[in-house]
Amino acid sequence: MAMDWMVFCKDTLSGDVVAGCFGKGRDITYLDWLFSAWGWTVSVSLTALVVALVVGSIIGVIRTLPNSPWLTRFGNGWVELFRNIPLLVQIFLWYFVLPALVPPMKNFPPFILVVLALGLFTSARIAEQVRAGILALPKGQRYAGMAVGFTTVQYYRYVLLPMAYRIIIPPLTSESMNIFKNSAVAFAVSIPELTQYALQVGEETARPIEVYLAVTVLYAISALVINRIFAWIEKRARVPGFVSSGTGAGGH
Amino acid sequence: MLNLDFSILNWGLIQGFILKGLWFSILLTAVATAGGIFFGTLLALMRLSGQKWLDAPAALYVNVMRSVPLVMVILWFFLLVPLLIGRPIGAEYSAVVTFIAFEAAYFSEIMRAGIQSIPRGQVFAGQAVGMTYGQNMRLVILPQAFRNMLPVLLTQTIILFQDTSLVYAIGAYDLLKGFETAGKNFGRPIETYLMATVTYFVISYSLSSVVKSINRKIAIIR
Repeated sequence: MAMDWMVFCKDTLSGDVVAGCFGKGRDITYLDWLFSAWGWTVSVSLTALVVALVVGSIIGVIRTLPNSPWLTRFGNGWVELFRNIPLLVQIFLWYFVLPALVPPMKNFPPFILVVLALGLFTSARIAEQVRAGILALPKGQRYAGMAVGFTTVQYYRYVLLPMAYRIIIPPLTSESMNIFKNSAVAFAVSIPELTQYALQVGEETARPIEVYLAVTVLYAISALVINRIFAWIEKRARVPGFVSSGTGAGGH
Repeated sequence: MLNLDFSILNWGLIQGFILKGLWFSILLTAVATAGGIFFGTLLALMRLSGQKWLDAPAALYVNVMRSVPLVMVILWFFLLVPLLIGRPIGAEYSAVVTFIAFEAAYFSEIMRAGIQSIPRGQVFAGQAVGMTYGQNMRLVILPQAFRNMLPVLLTQTIILFQDTSLVYAIGAYDLLKGFETAGKNFGRPIETYLMATVTYFVISYSLSSVVKSINRKIAIIR
């Protein structure tokens, strides 16, 4: 099976090979399109990651609050709800069902709907990690915060969370890599990201192997970059003398 | 507010559209779990063999599988398997092959952790009573590794069940596809998506409750 990498240099309309492989003006080549698809994958994933981190942290924290059984129940329910429905089904819920039930959502761009679906799906997993991180700290830390007169918000902000986040960097790393992989599911609602590109261009050019290879390599590169960024954060944020549960483990 | 009409939900709809899909999703989960654990254990043994020529290819396979989205793996197999065997195969067969190959990578990591959780003394004890490598693994190490890893293996199976919905990418007829087809035929897609959601939730939630109770039982025995 001979590979034909010139397929990426072809103009998407005329199918002619363009010198330099990048299109000029309004003509685009399959290579231009590939990078645009990568951009969609990266922006869907990163935006969803921000949503997941914010919502996941809030849900994770309220599941550990003392004397708030209803908030804890809400948090537990949230996690069970988003963890027990397949991501693809959740995407369809956000894309087809919710706009039909809540008319104002009809005006939401697909990008936002997919980001919400992916972000909230991941928030349940991050909430589990945040909760585990907080519970992994010795109880004395909480009491110490109380003893010096901190309010609940203060001892979470200054005592518990700074250490809890450091503990959960390794699982957060794999969850962030997962979000890139899971963003592939957005093809089902025609977001022009990498998997959608693979399906469409693979068919259009009749060169699926080259197209799939390029897309697969870009997914792997994305995951690797995220992995390195988190490794850097972990190193920078390390507290001397504090051995977190994650250090020294083989990782990926 | 849209008027929802769930009156289309009756035995005829379930029999006509849903059961076939549900059966395939369950079958795919079961076959992929069994095959994934079998080949995953082989991969784990290769990685723990201490032989570079066994360890390196197994590690490469596992790392490649784990860095690619499942949807892409499904598309790859749907493209490559017919090229390799020289004739087209259906989306359903392709899905089964894909899931066994993909899950083997994840199960191998679980089994590797399970085997490593067994104290070295157990290995030496087996060797001391004259067992071969195969006997030692089959009679001493693997049974304990399975037992230690049972909760994780079951949790992975629940994730696997949810992931079977991704065969949507190649158009295989699974549970989700069943609901979707029913929705298209009756012109009630919103209702059938909601029913699909409830069905997946009930199955996954019950399974995870079972895993939790097994966890508690194992904790008591130890």
